[in-house]
Amino acid sequence: MTLKGNLKEFSFIQLLNLINLAKKSGALYIERPDVTCRMIFREGKLAFAELGNEQLPLITILYEAGLISTAQKELLSIRTAAMNEKAAGIFLISANYVDQTQVSTLLMTRFSEVVRKIFAWEDGFFRFEAGELIPDGRIPVHMDLENLIVEGARRLQEIEELKSEIPSLNMALKFTDRPDAEMRNFNLSVEEWRVINYIDPKNTIQQIAAAVKMDEIQIRRVVYTLLQAGLIEIVRPGGMPLRLPEKMFPTQNPDEQKSLVNRLIHRIRSI
Amino acid sequence: MQTQTVKIVVTGPFNSGKTEFIRSVSEIDVVSTEKKITAEAEKIKESTTVAMDFGRITVDDDLVLFLFGTPGQKRFDFMWEILSEGMLGFIVMVDSTRPETFKEARSILETFRAYAPTPYLVAANKQDSIDAWDVEDMRVALRLDPSIKILPCVAKKKSAVKTVLLELLYGILEEMDAAQSRSDEGA
Ligand SMILES: Nc1nc2c(ncn2[C@@H]2O[C@H](COP(=O)(O)OP(=O)(O)OP(=O)(O)O)[C@@H](O)[C@H]2O)c(=O)[nH]1
Ligand SMILES: [Mg+2]
Repeated sequence: MTLKGNLKEFSFIQLLNLINLAKKSGALYIERPDVTCRMIFREGKLAFAELGNEQLPLITILYEAGLISTAQKELLSIRTAAMNEKAAGIFLISANYVDQTQVSTLLMTRFSEVVRKIFAWEDGFFRFEAGELIPDGRIPVHMDLENLIVEGARRLQEIEELKSEIPSLNMALKFTDRPDAEMRNFNLSVEEWRVINYIDPKNTIQQIAAAVKMDEIQIRRVVYTLLQAGLIEIVRPGGMPLRLPEKMFPTQNPDEQKSLVNRLIHRIRSI
Repeated sequence: MQTQTVKIVVTGPFNSGKTEFIRSVSEIDVVSTEKKITAEAEKIKESTTVAMDFGRITVDDDLVLFLFGTPGQKRFDFMWEILSEGMLGFIVMVDSTRPETFKEARSILETFRAYAPTPYLVAANKQDSIDAWDVEDMRVALRLDPSIKILPCVAKKKSAVKTVLLELLYGILEEMDAAQSRSDEGA
């Protein structure tokens, strides 16, 4: 199984989307001439991220977040100097300097910053190494990708790109059948919520745009964000596939049509 | 009785293997309006289809299936709507080794889907190559809902092409049955 390419052609947001929806586990490497980014995922959630080799000691992270004083920082730096991150974390938690949630939250904030930096990368080679775990001694987090995806999707502003993603406004939208897509957990904007209210296979995108008073670009932008987040999908209007078009067959008699398809099947099997 | 004809359209991005696919099963040499490529940017292959490919499978004395391949390059997309007129169904060929084309494949799929509510499926082509992406990864990247078929394909292999065509035809039968039971319910 290969999962590699260049961000120029397969964007970072598409990658996150893929990892999220396919619940992948492993390491994503993105390489540029000057720096490499590594992100580790577990079952579609972000566990770890680093850009280059810039490992900030946990003590420094706590200090920058204002959780410990300068004096504590100096003292603790000496105490934890020989420890890896995980050991330092356990020490700090058991000594009641912080609790586990605080550590997780701080690391997630840091990892999100890495992700945000990569959103701005327009090129870079990527490859996904399935199964790779987080480096020894580092503290893993368990971070949902959805909100990062939504954030990244909003950055896509190019009209041409939006038009190629959503070529026809005569199609309709429906919610995806993902049991784990908890709408409440998404940080959606007011515009996005307004569009959500009208998602129904009976409404075309055009009709939704009219209802919420958006122009073609605005509605495409919102639909694109919701698509990327895996919340909705494009369907033919009317929900179920409508009547098959008449011109498909040279005959309008259903029995003859069926016999025709069966003859085709029979013939192709014999090739 | 006059011979009846039906058609299936094979579409997809530039260089995805549409011509090869049709060539594998057509009983006539594919009538291909190929043209030598001059633009430097597209020089990954010698020739490209500029208007359409055209293949034929004779079923019996009364029935002929035509396979139409669309041009892959975007600047010929004015041909698409013409070719899609009256099609029985369509196949979107995607080169599994070139993720950079997935976005365009999705766009082509959406465009064709909007032309007519006919059945379709996606063929993940070039699965014989070591660089080929996993079919299920492609499903996610192409944003295909679980009800849409995406099949591994090697356009050079007749057996693989047959499977893809058969799956499309089975899909057509299913839709006809569904349409019938809906109209029975309505009646
Ligand atoms: N390895 C491999 N190569 C293939 C396969 N199918 C097609 N190719 C190669 O891919 C290239 C493109 O094939 P074509 O059939 O010309 O593609 P096309 O979609 O008709 O291209 P355009 O008409 O230019 O858009 C050719 O070099 C083929 O030999 C396949 O299943 N496996
Ligand atoms: Mg061709």
